[in-house]
Amino acid sequence: MASSEAGRTTGEYIQHHLQNLVLGVHPENGLSIAHGSEEAAAMGFWAIHLDSMFWSIGLGLFFLWLFKKGADKATAGVPGGLQNFVETIVEFVDENVRETFNGKSEVVAPLALTIFVWVFLMNLMDLIPVDWIPYAAESIGIPYWKIVPSTDVNVTLGMSFSVFALMIYYSIKIKGVSGFVKELIFQPFNSGNPIVQALFVPINLLLEGVALIAKPISLGLRLFGNMYAGELIFILIALLPFYAQWTLSVPWALFHILVITLQAFIFMMLTIVYMSMAHEHH
Amino acid sequence: MNINLTLIGQAISFAIFVSLCMKYVWPPIMTALRERQDKIAQSLADAEQGAQRREEAEAEVETMLQDAKAQAAEIVAQAQKRGNEIIDESKTTARSEGERLKAAAQAEIEQEVVTAREDLRKQVGSIAVAGAGKILGSEVNAESHAKVLDDLVGQL
Repeated sequence: MASSEAGRTTGEYIQHHLQNLVLGVHPENGLSIAHGSEEAAAMGFWAIHLDSMFWSIGLGLFFLWLFKKGADKATAGVPGGLQNFVETIVEFVDENVRETFNGKSEVVAPLALTIFVWVFLMNLMDLIPVDWIPYAAESIGIPYWKIVPSTDVNVTLGMSFSVFALMIYYSIKIKGVSGFVKELIFQPFNSGNPIVQALFVPINLLLEGVALIAKPISLGLRLFGNMYAGELIFILIALLPFYAQWTLSVPWALFHILVITLQAFIFMMLTIVYMSMAHEHH
Repeated sequence: MNINLTLIGQAISFAIFVSLCMKYVWPPIMTALRERQDKIAQSLADAEQGAQRREEAEAEVETMLQDAKAQAAEIVAQAQKRGNEIIDESKTTARSEGERLKAAAQAEIEQEVVTAREDLRKQVGSIAVAGAGKILGSEVNAESHAKVLDDLVGQL
């Protein structure tokens, strides 16, 4: 078993692979790297996952570098290989934005492109065999090293709350504060009678408030849940004897190619839909 | 599984990447795509125009070819007609020339005949005088018997 090689029990092996590298202020040790989940939990909010940030920023830079390269080469003439690839993705995103988003905005399309490619790249890290990079990191003295940023709930919620902030910003910018508040208190129940309407207001506020808050949370947790579950299954498959692993890991990896693309696409589409709702007048 | 600063870090990097993408990635690609679209549309229009022009040229060539053929046929027909005329003319000329030559020859022959006859008559006259002289044994005076002789010659 893979775990016995590192001198760990199965439980320790799984825990090790699910632990981020946390840098934070520990109540006793001060600013330090957390060794184990208890120390990480003790650090509370003022800690940061170095591995998640490293991979997400690294992959984001890779996305920008690749697409900037494609954009620099972009001419109206015959496109080369990279340009073709970049343009195909850009056109795909642009088409989806144009079909779903009716308003005029300079932000939505690049936002959707960034989300799609970045989330896809972060998800793609899931297909790298689970032991390779954590063990390589361990051999140079880094105790924990998760390589799939989208299995970190901070990363997915960080993105979904950013989208949420944009939603609120555009809602208020397009409809004004009163328009935004009206949407919250005069829907879904509406009455011509002022007294009945007054009764409806708290109910509407509760329903719409929950619906509003649920959007970023569901957006972030959907991606996180899918990727976390996928990663966990890869880790469990890695517990099998090495000669038998391929019987499960190959089908799961093939299926996972679909999942990572689909999750990136869903995240992008929902962002476009939310942006579209923020731009619409009711 | 703790919520911590990573969330804010991710939000900040997200904002930076989106703004960079907005500034450096999206506009040049979209511009290039739109330019290429225009270019392709233009090329297609040009190609269509070219095809139309070629068709027109082909039609023109066709009419020119037909005109040339008609002209050639006309020229051939004219030449044939002229040839026939020349042959007919030559035949006529030849015939009339032949007839003229024949007539001249005939006239000459007749002339010769008349001359010969005249000679013969004269010779017959002198022979007759000589014969008569011999028969009569005396000289016949030609002058005195000229009337008789002439009658004789005239009877020949």
